[in-house]
Amino acid sequence: MLELDDIQYILLTRAPALTGRYVFLSFQNPEGGRAWLAGIHEKVHSVQAARASIEKDNRWVSVAFTWNGLQALGLDEASLATFPEEFKQGMVARAQMLGDTGDNHPDNWIGDLASPDLHAIVILFARNTAERERCQAEHQKLIDQCEGVKVLSSLDLDAIPPLEYSHDHFGYRDRLSQPVIEGSGEEPTPGSGAPLKAGEFILGYPDEKDQSANLPQPEILSRNGSFMAYRRLQEHVGKFRDFLRENGQTLEEQELIAAKLMGRWRSGAPLVLAPEKDDLTLGADPQRNNDFTYKKMDPHGYAVPLGSHIRRMNPRDTGENMNRRRMIRRGATYGAPLPTDAPEDGVDRGIAAFIICASLIRQFEFAQNVWANDRNFHELDNERDPIIGNQDGTLEFTIPKRPIRKKITGLPAFTSVRGGAYFFIPGLKALRYLASLGSKNIL
Amino acid sequence: MPKKIKQNDWTKPAAMAIPKEGYFELEQGRYGPVFPKTPACYGFTIIAKVKPGKVDTVRAYSKTIEDAVAGDPHCLAVLKLHYLRWVLFDIGKETYFMYQGIFDTDFDKYTEDAVELFSITGITTVFVNLEGFPEDWKTNTPAFVKFVREHQRPSFLEYGEYPFVSADEIKKALKLKAAFSAMLDQMQ
Ligand code: HEM
Repeated sequence: MLELDDIQYILLTRAPALTGRYVFLSFQNPEGGRAWLAGIHEKVHSVQAARASIEKDNRWVSVAFTWNGLQALGLDEASLATFPEEFKQGMVARAQMLGDTGDNHPDNWIGDLASPDLHAIVILFARNTAERERCQAEHQKLIDQCEGVKVLSSLDLDAIPPLEYSHDHFGYRDRLSQPVIEGSGEEPTPGSGAPLKAGEFILGYPDEKDQSANLPQPEILSRNGSFMAYRRLQEHVGKFRDFLRENGQTLEEQELIAAKLMGRWRSGAPLVLAPEKDDLTLGADPQRNNDFTYKKMDPHGYAVPLGSHIRRMNPRDTGENMNRRRMIRRGATYGAPLPTDAPEDGVDRGIAAFIICASLIRQFEFAQNVWANDRNFHELDNERDPIIGNQDGTLEFTIPKRPIRKKITGLPAFTSVRGGAYFFIPGLKALRYLASLGSKNIL
Repeated sequence: MPKKIKQNDWTKPAAMAIPKEGYFELEQGRYGPVFPKTPACYGFTIIAKVKPGKVDTVRAYSKTIEDAVAGDPHCLAVLKLHYLRWVLFDIGKETYFMYQGIFDTDFDKYTEDAVELFSITGITTVFVNLEGFPEDWKTNTPAFVKFVREHQRPSFLEYGEYPFVSADEIKKALKLKAAFSAMLDQMQ
């Protein structure tokens, strides 16, 4: 049985929000940090609470900590030592393996996210801007009351018009394929696979290997928690559109190139099901838009190139042990959209995403290290993920086609990493436990 | 990697001398330094002492693998292997097991898949008979990897007569050859 009243809502639910703000915090002393946590933990929705009032609520709050942050709150050494190595090290130390080199290097990150002083994140999603500002003012009041709590930076999130459907700055419809957790009460859409064991995403439950071993201690801290990789990815929209124009003579051809990079048309329609022409109704239909596989339906990648983003991030029936490699994606877009006909304006805009999983090294890091950045993935030889791989202008993108394949050389980087961190997102009881560290009456 | 060795020229046999550490530049993978691709592709040589009295058990496991592969010829596909060689040898009164593999992926990248696979095919049990193998390997992939890394002896020379060619490429070429000769036959 999933303890839905203890799991933070964001693991299993998506708030119907159009705006948001991430606030990155540092605790200069444990007391201040704990006072802040004591002041905010009641605002954090559990899955159950969020579901009960999703229609009338206007804001949703999540709280998570880096390993340094847990230490800064005063968690004892013995307990700190039980966390997985990659989480202890943090995302900055893992940069080379994640592909965060060159322009993506932590030296180029902003908002102090590469700093060891990054201790916590508050994720606020709000129905509208007025609500966001109200919450922000209230949060600021709390911070002002807690000595030694410092805001390192914050980031405003805003959905991109048209608001009827979720999409990124490049124009791709998003939030179509997501794993479903057993016992969550959700039904997977056709093609999304059978529900997965909770332990793949939530600590304290059996995973796909029927294990729940090596959990951080004490149990009250890890139970119902999870790990979260934060990625702030700037999208170079002008460069992306120039690229489409350079590689496609007509608008139709340009749309096809965009679709080949992703594996889906910008409408969301999967190339496996609509290989030649976009299909807007298919893209918008959750009963059909994820209902495909690769091995039988498109083994050579004539529809979906082997190196396209979605085929890398979820090779479906062409990958090994896929149930051990799935990820829950959350997040939002930031920055003002670039008007359709405007040239690149240098404004920072992109995606600020969370990849949620029980094991960063097995799920997120594998995706980043192997699927996104292994140049030999699927025998491709000299390619990386065209959307999130480390691109330095020397790599290629192959579009298999009969009778002869098309190879795009010198693929530019359409995105740059502007920040990132590994967070532990505790259950609600664990938040209380952390808030009461150092005091005698635990709980 | 030495600049002079080109990765894409299979017509030119190539040899590579490898530094003592097993790599040219320290590049971190998920579980530790990444060992380079050489003219003989990726690979490892794991050498470990066999637990007392377990030599016959180790030897018998060759049959387990033989049967597993006969039953499902593609059961080891995830390892992207060219070749495996298992050797038992003695030093004094002790028997050692050498597990040499040549394959096309950086082993570390796919370790979890390998560990998973081992539990299915029974290869694990070979490791279980080796000294120092972690008892909790099934639930502790990092410990499994640590054992492999600690017992890995990096090559200091590797040679390829057709360097850097992957098993998949070889299979593709053979398939093409077969198709081509069938076509030529039909044109006679
Ligand atoms: C600027 C950055 C990114 C963009 C524009 C982007 C865009 C997209 C889009 C449009 C889809 C298809 C919609 C869907 O299936 O829900 C998708 C799918 C996906 N993306 Fe990304 N993404 C980005 C970064 C990432 C990152 C950092 C990861 C994880 C490391 C990731 C993992 C995935 C996964 C797992 C899927 C689902 C694939 C499937 O199940 O078929 N993405 N992405």
